Order: sequence, then C-alpha cells, then structure tokens
Amino acid sequence: MDFGFTDEQTMLGESLARTLERGGDAAALSELGAGLALMTEEAGGFGGSGPDILMVFRTLGRAAAVTPLLDSVVLGAGILSAAGEADLAEAAASGEARIAVALEEPGQRYDGKVSTRAEGERLSGEKSLVPGAEDATHLIVRATDGLWLVEAGAEGLGLRGYALMDGGRAAEVTLMDTPARRIGDAALLDRPLAAAILAVCADALGAMEKAVQLTTDYLKTRKQFGRPIGSFQALQHRMADLLTEVEQARSAVWNLAGNLDTADRDRHVAATKSLLGRVALYVAEETIQLHGGIGMTEEYELAPLARRLLAADARFGDSDHHLERFIAASAA
Amino acid sequence: MDMSFSPDDQAFRAEVRQFLQDRLPARLSEKVRLQQELTKAEIEEWHAVLNEKGWLAGNWPREFGGAGWTAIQRHIFDEESALASAPRVLPFGIAMLGPVLQKFGSKEQQDRFLPRILNGQDWWCQGYSEPGAGSDLASVKTTAVRDGDDYIVNGQKTWTTLGQHANWIFCLVRTDPTAKAQEGISFLLIDMTSPGITVRPIVLLDGTPEVNEVFFDDVRVPTENLVGEENKGWTYAKYLLTHERTNIAGVGFATAGLAALKRVARAQQAQGKPLIENPLFAARLAEIEIDLMAMATTNLRMLAQAAAGQVPGAESSMLKLKGTQIRQAINDLTRRAVGPWALAFPSEALEGANDDLPPGPPEAAAATRAYLNNRKLSIYGGSNEIQRGIIAKSLLGL
Repeated sequence: MDFGFTDEQTMLGESLARTLERGGDAAALSELGAGLALMTEEAGGFGGSGPDILMVFRTLGRAAAVTPLLDSVVLGAGILSAAGEADLAEAAASGEARIAVALEEPGQRYDGKVSTRAEGERLSGEKSLVPGAEDATHLIVRATDGLWLVEAGAEGLGLRGYALMDGGRAAEVTLMDTPARRIGDAALLDRPLAAAILAVCADALGAMEKAVQLTTDYLKTRKQFGRPIGSFQALQHRMADLLTEVEQARSAVWNLAGNLDTADRDRHVAATKSLLGRVALYVAEETIQLHGGIGMTEEYELAPLARRLLAADARFGDSDHHLERFIAASAA
Repeated sequence: MDMSFSPDDQAFRAEVRQFLQDRLPARLSEKVRLQQELTKAEIEEWHAVLNEKGWLAGNWPREFGGAGWTAIQRHIFDEESALASAPRVLPFGIAMLGPVLQKFGSKEQQDRFLPRILNGQDWWCQGYSEPGAGSDLASVKTTAVRDGDDYIVNGQKTWTTLGQHANWIFCLVRTDPTAKAQEGISFLLIDMTSPGITVRPIVLLDGTPEVNEVFFDDVRVPTENLVGEENKGWTYAKYLLTHERTNIAGVGFATAGLAALKRVARAQQAQGKPLIENPLFAARLAEIEIDLMAMATTNLRMLAQAAAGQVPGAESSMLKLKGTQIRQAINDLTRRAVGPWALAFPSEALEGANDDLPPGPPEAAAATRAYLNNRKLSIYGGSNEIQRGIIAKSLLGL
C-alpha cells in the first residue's frame, strides 16, 4: 500500500509552488507543463491520473491562485480528448486555446437539466455560470442531444460577464441560432466531470491547509490579556478540532484520487464532495473566528482562501446535493 | 403564566406597524430587503422620519427628547422594523453615547450634543478597539495628555464602523499611563474635523468598506469634551457596553432573515420541486426555526425581568451567543439555498445598480456577501469566546 506521490509528481508540486510564490501567471504555469500534467499520455500529456490532479490543485489552492486549469484543461481538454478532438485538447492543455464549458442553465440549481437544443448545425438556448467564457477561444455547450463546440465570437453568441467569489469571472451565455459542431454524447462528461470535482476538492484541501497554518501562526503571535491567545485552552481545542477535520478532508481527497478510474468512482465523488463542502465551510468559519477582526479584512491573506472555500462548496453540487447522491448511489 | 403581550403592548405594535406602512419609503425597504448598502443620505432620511414622530430614540427618557419606551416596547419596535425591512437605527449616537451622556455627562454636554444626535447634525462613531486592544479592551494605548485647556491625543483606533460618515467620535484614551489597566482610562469626545485625524477605510472580505482605522497625530481636544471624571472612563465604557447589548439577540433581524430565506427556498426548484419541500433542506430550515422560537422567548423572558426592574447581567451573553449563532445559521442556509448562484460576486448589484444584474434569484447577489459580512456577528461587541468566558465565570462561578 502506498499513499505517496511519485518523484515526478512531488517535483512538479514543488516547482509549481515556487512559481506561484513568485506570482507566476497562466503563461508561467503553462511553461511549467501544469496543463500537460493534467492530461494522460494518450491525450498528449504526461499525467492525468487522480494523484496528478490532486498534486496540482492542492498546490493551486494553497496559493489561492486564479488559473484556467480547472475549466479549460481538466474539464475542457478532458472532454475534447474523450471526444477525439486531440488537436484542440492539446492546444488547451498547453494554454494556446482556452475552453469554457457551459453546463448549467438558469433556474436549474444543481439538477443539470438541459433545454438548450440544436436545429441542424445551430444551437439555441441559455447557459448560466460559465467560468472563463469571456476569455475562451471555444465553448463546449451541453445541449439536449449531447455536447457541441462553439467558437468564440460565433454568430448569435451573447455573453454577460461578472466576477466570481474565488476571484475569477463567469458569464451568462445566450445562443441564438449559433453555428456549432456536435462532438459527442453527454456521457463523455462523466470522467472529466469527476476529475473536475477531484480538482475542486484538492484545491479546497490546499486552501484549508493554508488557512489552518495561518491561524496557527496567528495564535502564536497575537497577544491579548498579556499572553499569546494560542495559550488559551478554549482556542487550543478549537485548533485541535480543525486539524482533525482537515485530516478527514485529506483522506477523502485521497479516496477520490485513488478511485477516479475505478468502478466505485461515482460513490467516491459524492462522498468526497459532500465531506469537503462541509469541512470547507467549517474551516472558513472557524479560521475567520479564531483570527477575530483581522480575519474579516480583505487585505489579510485569509480572505481569498475563505471565499475559495465557500466557492468550492457551491461548485458542481454542494454538500447536501452530494449527500443525496451518496445515499442514492449506496442504495443502488 | 401568561405569555401574551399586554393589551397596551398589542396596541403599540399595531401603531408601529401602521406607522411603518405609512411612512417607510418602498425604495428604502426594497434595498434593505435585498441587503443592498444604504447611502449616508438614505440612513439620515430614515432617521429624520423617525425623529419627526419622536421615535428615533426609543431608549431615551422623554426629558432628553426620547420616546421613553419600556424594554418590551423597544423590542416590539425593533421586531416590527426588521419585519418591514426598515433601515436599522444607527446605534452609535442613540444606543451607545446617548445613555452615557445622560448618566455621566455634564448639563452643558447634554444640551450641546443630545439634540444634535436627534436632528442628524452629528454622526457619531465609536473609538474603542485598537490594533492591540480587541477582546482585551482595557489595554488601549491611545494617549491623551493635558496641555492647558486641551488634551493632546496620539494613537490609533480601529474597526470604526461607518467612521467615514462621522463628524464626531467617542474614544477611550489613556490619561494615566502609570495606573492599572482599567484605572487610567478616560472617555473623550473628539471632533473628527480636528487637525491631525486621518481616517483609512478597511475593506472587509465581502468587499465593503464598512469599518475604518482612525489615526490621531497630536490632535488637540478641549478638556470640556471629557465625559465625567478623568480616569473613570472604564466605568462609562462598561455602562455603554451594557446598552450596546440591548437588542443583542437580534430577534427581529433573525425573523426577517428567516422569512427571506423561506421566500428563496419556495422559489428555488430542486429536482422538480420547490427547495423548501426537499426533506434535507426542510429539516435544516426547521431546526433553525425551532431554535429561533426558543431564543425569542429567552429574549422576552429577560425583557420581562428588565421590565420588573432587574438589571440584565451575564444572561445577555447567552443571548449574544445564541442570537448570533442563529443569524449566522440563517445566512449559511440562504447561501445554500441560492445554490450555484452564490458563486457570483458582483459588487455593482450590492450598491443597487441594476443595469448589470447578476444571475440567479434576486437574493443571490447579497447571499454570499451577507454570509461573509455577518461572520462579524460572533466577533464584535465582545467575541463569542469572551461571552462564553463571562457565562462560565459570572453565571457558573467557574
């Protein structure tokens, strides 16, 4: 039994962390091969396994980095690769192309019901919460009869952009007789979507680890009543609980990473996302509280981590949604 | 036991409800309902409406221009105001400073400052916390040194809520550096337009500049602005904090928040049904509602004790603890209820500029921000950890 990473994975994680520390942007990450590390060898990459995704996204989460790797590569290139669109998949993985994936629709919450439909080679409908749509070279659109590829600037394609909680941007997308090309069935989504959920969970794990570390440091240095507040037993116990919950989150992420390509994938997706959502909220709330006022401020580095943890719960189904999916999957 | 309100109180509730119906502008209640930020002018507008009716300072005795309400009446007013989505009455002048001046201030100070609080000429802010004095408030370091007829003030205050709008600040300053922590503190009123004062906004993690740092660099303050006696400020500060704790349970806010949450949960569809019918969600909602029902009664029991002449003591710490837990639980479930649209973080929508409408239900834009902003509830006014310490010490003798 081995819960560790390969030397290559460890090295990639370390150089990624260094690059992010120096303020490396999307181009710097591409140069490092972060995108290719998320793709399998058959898809032209050098990774793509559960542990590869875990390593990359946990590192991104620790740095609260805003990158296109989740939407354009894990999800976008993942779908393209599964659909046999090898060239565009590689372009996305290397950062030359940007893919936005339009799954949700207005009013559908986490249900994933789709009413966008195709007539001939043209799509009409509305998609909601499409991350990275404004910067995308291509959109993958989920319609009633499968997945379609739309080029940026296509006729009848409308975008209305806004900021996201985690620092990125998304858009509401309208399609009116927009030219599109069908690339495959919705079933092609299964593995890329599971991989994206692993990525979100690993990212949240990194953000939690960093938030707990910041809080520990703060409790050792902040003095009130003449001593470090970390010397108060009431706060020590809170930190002990936090650390224990993050350890649970870590194992849950490991569970999903190890089962991304097994028959038990769906059950692990539901279990991990449910647990991570719950612990993410708990960690965000407790680390803010244990800091006191300073934890409420935008200029302190906890702020983007806390928002990232909230965003992690709301992305791809929250902890309640996945709790229900877990119950359904266990009953089956 | 008779848990119903007296006929007088019921009549008062009807009168408040009618007044709110007649005089609360829809454009203000709409902004409050959608948790959008009010401008300074809008807050002052509502204060003026209340003042005209003589209801701005419900807690003040009539001799000072207040309404002279009982604790129960004040509770009814707060509850009806929250249910009608009325703007809250700013606490700084009315709930905090007013009672201190009435009890400890000189006649001159009362005559000079109290009318200006009511008529809106002055906007007060609170200069208590410092970077090194949060939960440990008695360790304030801002100094005031006598120089003829003035004090010269140096130091820094922080978490000054809405200080950007204020023209006056009441401060805890150290006047005797040699005395024990609590004994060398004085209560000083400082004109914010004095030379040497700098206000720097602090942006919170919901993106709003709600609080500020206030810096004092050789600020001259006339000694006539000292409240009560020099070095007795801690007594006044504690008196003020007990008044800060009236309405600490926030029953009205919680009740209004729960109603808003139910509206969202009825409108949201999950698996083809209104979210409010989803068993898991319904259970979460019911637990909060049951908690709120009990907490509202705890609040009334304590108000009844106050009405019977008993001074509320450490019991108010339990109200703060449970009240903030319930409000934060409502914020969390509202965030949950708007689903993936909690991801959107549009700043424009919060300011009420509707030309760039965010996606999802109308409450979604504010849901995440309210969740983030109300993390402060368990931190300010004595953090919940401090409240637990008070409960253990004062109520249990541990």
